Amino acid sequence: MAGMFNWISQIVSVTLFNLRTLPQRIGSSTTAIFGIAGVVAVMVGVLSIAQGILRTMENSSSSENVVVLRSGATSEMMSGLSGDDVRFISEGPGLLRQDDEVMASPELFVIINLPIRSTGTDANVPMRGVTRVAGDVHKGFQVVDGRMFEWGLNEVIVGVGALREFAGLEIGSTITVAREEWPVVGIFEASGGIAETEIWVDASVLQPAYRRGNSYQAVYGRLKSPDAFQEFKDALTSDPRLNVKPMREADYHSSQSTVLYNLITGLGTLIAAIMGFGAIFGALNTMYTAVSSRTREIATLRALGFQASPVVISVLSESLLLALLGGAIGASLAWLVFDGFRAATLNFSSFSQVAFAFDVSPALLVRGIVFALIIGLIGGLFPAIRAARQPVSAALREL
Amino acid sequence: MKYLYLLWSNLKRKKMRTTLTLLSIMVAFLLFGYLGAIKQAFSQGIDVAGLDRLIVRHKVSIIQLLPEAYESRIEKIEGVEDAVHQTWFGGVYQKPSNFFAQMPVKPEEYLKMYPEFVLSDEERNAWLNTRSGAVVGRGIADRFGWKLGDRIPINATIWSRKGGERTWEFDLVGIYDGAEKGTDTSQFLFRYDFFNESRQFGEGLVGWYTVRISDPDRAAITAELIDAEFANSPNETKAEPEGAFLQGFANQIGDIGFIMMSIIVAVFFTILLVAGNTMAYAVRERTNELALLKAIGFTDRGVLALVLGESFVLTLLGGGLGLALAWLLVSLGDPSGGSLPVFFIPYSDLAVGIALIAIMAFIAGILPALQAQRLQIADALRR
Amino acid sequence: MTESSRSLVSVKNVDKVFKRGSEEIHVLGGLDLDIPEGEFLALMGPSGSGKSTLLNLIGGLDRPSQGSVEVGGERIDQLSNRRLAAWRARHVGLVFQFYNLMPVLTAQKNVELPLLLTHLSRAERKKRAAIALDIVGLSNRNNHYPRTLSGGEQQRVGIARSIVTDPTLLLCDEPTGDLDRKSGDEILDLLQALNREQGKTIVMVTHDIHAAARATRTLYLNKGRLTTEPEE
Ligand SMILES: Nc1ncnc2c1ncn2[C@@H]1O[C@H](COP(=O)(O)OP(=O)(O)OP(=O)(O)O)[C@@H](O)[C@H]1O
Ligand SMILES: [Mg+2]
Repeated sequence: MAGMFNWISQIVSVTLFNLRTLPQRIGSSTTAIFGIAGVVAVMVGVLSIAQGILRTMENSSSSENVVVLRSGATSEMMSGLSGDDVRFISEGPGLLRQDDEVMASPELFVIINLPIRSTGTDANVPMRGVTRVAGDVHKGFQVVDGRMFEWGLNEVIVGVGALREFAGLEIGSTITVAREEWPVVGIFEASGGIAETEIWVDASVLQPAYRRGNSYQAVYGRLKSPDAFQEFKDALTSDPRLNVKPMREADYHSSQSTVLYNLITGLGTLIAAIMGFGAIFGALNTMYTAVSSRTREIATLRALGFQASPVVISVLSESLLLALLGGAIGASLAWLVFDGFRAATLNFSSFSQVAFAFDVSPALLVRGIVFALIIGLIGGLFPAIRAARQPVSAALREL
Repeated sequence: MKYLYLLWSNLKRKKMRTTLTLLSIMVAFLLFGYLGAIKQAFSQGIDVAGLDRLIVRHKVSIIQLLPEAYESRIEKIEGVEDAVHQTWFGGVYQKPSNFFAQMPVKPEEYLKMYPEFVLSDEERNAWLNTRSGAVVGRGIADRFGWKLGDRIPINATIWSRKGGERTWEFDLVGIYDGAEKGTDTSQFLFRYDFFNESRQFGEGLVGWYTVRISDPDRAAITAELIDAEFANSPNETKAEPEGAFLQGFANQIGDIGFIMMSIIVAVFFTILLVAGNTMAYAVRERTNELALLKAIGFTDRGVLALVLGESFVLTLLGGGLGLALAWLLVSLGDPSGGSLPVFFIPYSDLAVGIALIAIMAFIAGILPALQAQRLQIADALRR
Repeated sequence: MTESSRSLVSVKNVDKVFKRGSEEIHVLGGLDLDIPEGEFLALMGPSGSGKSTLLNLIGGLDRPSQGSVEVGGERIDQLSNRRLAAWRARHVGLVFQFYNLMPVLTAQKNVELPLLLTHLSRAERKKRAAIALDIVGLSNRNNHYPRTLSGGEQQRVGIARSIVTDPTLLLCDEPTGDLDRKSGDEILDLLQALNREQGKTIVMVTHDIHAAARATRTLYLNKGRLTTEPEE
C-alpha cells in the first residue's frame, strides 16, 4: 500500500516536473497539437458528410411506413405499377385508415433538369406526382410558405432543400415541364428528409404530361403499427395478381444511400488513416525531441532513485495530453466549420439529387478524439520506452 | 555538388528526427497524389473528352428517352459527321452495389465514334457475329475476373425481356483497352439490335446520342442547329459539347474539388509546421558549427544555401517518395473497389506536386536559413 | 623589430567597443600591433582583457570600431563581408580551444572542409587533406569521427584543418587550454615546427607561461593596451 502510494507520487512528481518544461519546447509541442488537430478536423469533416446523408435518409423514414415497388426494381425510378397493382396494394392488410381513407399513396417519380445555384449547370432534380393522402403518409410533411397546389391544376410545391440548391424555384416563378409552364405556389418541409429535395405535383396532372396513363411507380403506405409489416408483406408477395416488393421505408432509404455512404466513408477513413500516419510521425518527432532534450534531467531523476515506470508514464501522459488538446481543437474546429453545412450531391442509386446538411454528431466527435488519443499513445510509447531504457551513467555524461 | 556530402552528413546527425520528418512529408505528398486521383475520378475524364463530340439528350432530363429515328435526322444537320445512340440499361450484376454502366450500342458505329476504345479486329468480328455478344473494358473485366467466353448474367431493373424475364445473359466476346490513361474502361457494351428486339417495351427508343462534328470551333452553333431541329416536338433535345456535359455531371456530385483542396491545404499547413520546426531545431543546435564554417571562409550566403539545401534535400526525398508511393497505391485500384470508372494521377497534378515540393522546401527552410546567414561569427563562437 | 623583416600584420590605433544593451564596453583602445612575417607571437593577459577580441580582428572574424587592420598589405577592415569570407578562406588558419570540429564529419572530411571553397578536384582535396593529417601525425585516423578521438587528437585535426589551405597566418586561441600537459606539449611542438620549418606566422593566445615560452615573442594585453612585460 505504501509502495503503491510512493509509486503514484513518483509518477505525479515526474509528470509535473516534465510538464513544467513544456513551455520551453513550445515549438515542437504546438506542431504536434496542430498536426493532430488537422487530422481530426479532416476526418470528422469528411465523415460528417456521410453522416449527414445517413441522417437525411433516417429523417425520411418513419417506422410504420412501407414502400412498395415492382419486384426487381432497385429504386422508384426503375419501378412501374399499374392502376390495378395500386388498387390491390391498397387493399393490403394492416394499412392505417383515417376518415375512411386508406393511408396508401401511389406516386409517380420523374427527374427534371434544373440549374444548380452555385454553378448554373443542370442537375437531376426529382419530381414527385402525389395523391391526396401523400401529405399524411410522408413523415413531417408541411407547407411552410405559400400554399398547397390545387388538385387538378399544373401547379407545383417545392421542398426547402430544392429551393436552396436549385435556381428558379421561388414562389411565383415557373418551371417548364412537358412544354408547359407550371407555377411554384408553395414551399414545404418534410422533417429534414429526402423529400425536401423534391418538387411535388398532383399525380393526375403529371400522368398525362408524361404519357403514363393510369400507372404509377411506387406506393407509400402507413401501417397501423410497425408490427403489421410482416402480415402486409406476406399478403402482397403471396398475392398471385401482384409482382411487387414491399419494404419498410427505412430499409428502402438506407438501400438508396448505401453506395454513396460507403464511398464517402471509405474515402474518409482512408484519408484519415494516411493523415493519421503523418500525425504519428509528427508526434513521435515531438516526443523524441522532448525526451532527448531532457536526457540529463531524466537521468538525474533516475540516479536519485526514481523508477523507470514513472518516467515512462510521464512521457506518455505528456504525449496523450498534447493529443487530447489537438483532438479537442480539431473536433471543435470540424464542428464549428462543418456542422449544419448544407450541400447537395447526386445519389448514384436514385440518379437524382439529394440535399443534406453535414452532420458532426457527438459520436463522430468522440471518434475524432479517440483517434487523436491513439495517435498520442503510439507517438509517446516508443520515446517513453527509450527514455526509461537509457543507462543512467551514460545519460549523465551526455552533453 | 561537392557540398552535398556536407549537407547529407548534417541530415544524418539526428537520424530519427530526419527520418520522421521525411516520413511526415512523404505522407503529405502521398495524400496529395491520392486525392489528385480521386478528384480526377470524380471529374470523370473531362480532360479526355472529345472536342469534336456533342452529347444530345432529352431536354427535360437524361432519363427521358428519344426516338431511334433521330439518328438519321441529326446526321443530316450541317456540321454533323456522325451520330450514335446509347441507352442506360441499369442492370445489376450479382448485387446492386456492383455499380457499372451497361449500354446497348451499335457495335461498329460506336467503336468508330470512340476510337479511344481499342479492340482487336478479331474480337470486333466476334462481336459482329454474336448477337448476344458483349464487349467490356479492361478495368471492369479485371474487377470481376471476367474472361473471354464467359457467360455473364445481368438482372434488369428497367428493361425486362419479352415475357417478363428479368435476367439477360451475355457472351463476353471482347475486352477493350483505353488508348489514353483517362479512358473509361468500366463500360459493359452489348448489341442494340439484340436489345431492341428482346425488350418488353420501349421498342425504338434510345437514351441519348453522341454526335461527331466536323468543326469543334462551331460546336455551339451545331448544337443550336440540332436543338432547333427538334424544337416544338414532343421530344425536345439539349445538345452540348461532351466536356460540358461531363463537367455538368461532375458538378452534380458537388464541389469535390473544393473539398479536396481544403484537405490538401490543411495537410500542407500541418506538414509545413513539422518540417519548419525541424529545420529550426537543426539550425539552433548547430549555431557553433555554422559559425565555424563562416570563420573558415564560407560566405553568409553559402551558409544560407547550405541550410536551405538541407530543407530541399529533405523535402525532395520525402515528397518524391510520397508521390511515388501515391502512384503505386493508385495503380493498385480505387478505394471503393471499382465504382470509379477512371482512377489515376494526372501528369498535371504530378507537376503541381513537384512545384509544391520546391515551395514547401523553401518556406520550411528560409527562416532558419536567414537566421544562419545573419549569424555573427565572433558572437556565435563564444557560446 | 628589425627593418629587414616587413610586417605581415599591422594593427593601427584600433578601438573595439561592444554594446550590451545601453551599456558600452571598451575592450581595446588605441591599440597598435605589428607582427613581422615568420614570427611566433604569444599573447597573454588576464581573462576578459580582450585577447580573443584582438585575434578575431586580425583574423577578419570581427571589425574594429575604430582604426585599421592590415594583413599582407590589405585593409581587411574595409572588405565587404563576402570578400572578407573569401580572404579568410585563403589567408588564415584558425585553431580553437574547443577544436570546433564538425561532429558529423570524419577527421578526413573535417580537414577537407576549407578546400571545398577552392576549385580543387575531389582527388586533389583528398590528397591535400591526407598530407595535412600526415603532418599532424594522424594519417592512421582518417575515418574516425571526432567523438572517437582524444582531446589532443581532435586538436591536431583542428590544426590540420587550419593548415590544409596553406595559409600564411595561423591564429590559435588557447589551443592547449583544454589539454593535459603532455598533449599540450605535442600541440606546441607541432606549432613550433610549423613556424620554423614552414615559415608560418603564428599568433597564439594562451594563459600558460610554458606555452608562451615556445613563442619567439610574448606580448601582454591589459586594460586595452599591449605591453612587453606582464603588469602587476
Ligand atoms: N560580442 C560581444 N558582445 C559583448 N561583449 C563582448 C563580446 N565579445 C567580447 N565581449 C567582452 O569583451 C571583453 C573581452 O572579451 P575576450 O573574449 O576578448 O576576452 P579574453 O581576453 O579572450 O578572455 P579569456 O581569456 O577568458 O578568453 C569581455 O569583457 C567580454 O565580455
Ligand atoms: Mg578568449
